[in-house]
Amino acid sequence: MLRLYDAELRSRLLLGTARYPSPSVLTEAVKASGAQIATVSLRRESGGERAGQGFWSIIRDLGVRVLPNTAACHSVKEAVTTAHMGREVFGTPWVKLEVIGEDETLQPDVFGLVEAARILCQEGFEVFPYTTEDLIVAERLLEAGCRVLMPWGSPIGSGRGLNNLFGLKALRARFPEVPLIVDAGIGVPSHAAQALELGLDAVLINTAVSQARDPVAMAAAFAQAVTAGRAAYEAGPMEPRDLAVPSTPVIGKAFLG
Amino acid sequence: MRILVNGASREVGAADLCAALEELGYGGAVVATAVNGEFVPVTDRPAARLADGDRIEVLAPMQGG
Repeated sequence: MLRLYDAELRSRLLLGTARYPSPSVLTEAVKASGAQIATVSLRRESGGERAGQGFWSIIRDLGVRVLPNTAACHSVKEAVTTAHMGREVFGTPWVKLEVIGEDETLQPDVFGLVEAARILCQEGFEVFPYTTEDLIVAERLLEAGCRVLMPWGSPIGSGRGLNNLFGLKALRARFPEVPLIVDAGIGVPSHAAQALELGLDAVLINTAVSQARDPVAMAAAFAQAVTAGRAAYEAGPMEPRDLAVPSTPVIGKAFLG
Repeated sequence: MRILVNGASREVGAADLCAALEELGYGGAVVATAVNGEFVPVTDRPAARLADGDRIEVLAPMQGG
């Protein structure tokens, strides 16, 4: 079981809800993924169209926990205010805290992130900070009161997988008890499996599912990859070696030369 | 008075945020509000007096990653 704050979860796959071809594909993809947590956002609502109301009823019907984000916030104030608004609308203390520092890579502004995390944790939020693999930033976030970390794999929406394996392994080794969720950059199920094989606790996927030719089938593929990756981690993978080691016993081999 | 609602200029007769939301078509909607960049919780909306030129943000649940 995966424990995130007070929630116990069977699924180690969190799913984003953006950029699906239709609401029904989103619904089916969430179901196929087995995800128990879906990320959501807040955007301007038109009094005439009220598009957000329909979306919210779809999400509520799914029966998953929602994790509101502060996507596209570039300042501490903006992120903190968005978190407050999300808490009221979604009725959860959870917030996926993003403070974006740079537009090309959407790299988190880790200084603003730590500051915002400190404010929100003091106010009783349960913060899921979108961060890098930097160990010192992670330490500061934990000091601020975060009990989950969300290191990036690679830039959001890039599909490049785990860019810094060494950094993610170091983060895992340094904080063995802290739930680590790889957020951003996962492109295909093998990336997700790799993250879980390394002992990272979960992955958050969005674009890789929603932009697949068949998002529902891809959601199911990710679910299998995450299950396989976790099972492999628990089974204890072998250590890689530089040279070949014969797997078939050499002793007793016939002399036929 | 004229206020900015989600970046668009609108004329409203209502004097407080709660009444302005009704007037603008948000009655009964699940939305969060901010006035001039400050969050205004649901319970504070009736007491939130509006002034000419105020910037109002009305946000609702939306797709997100």
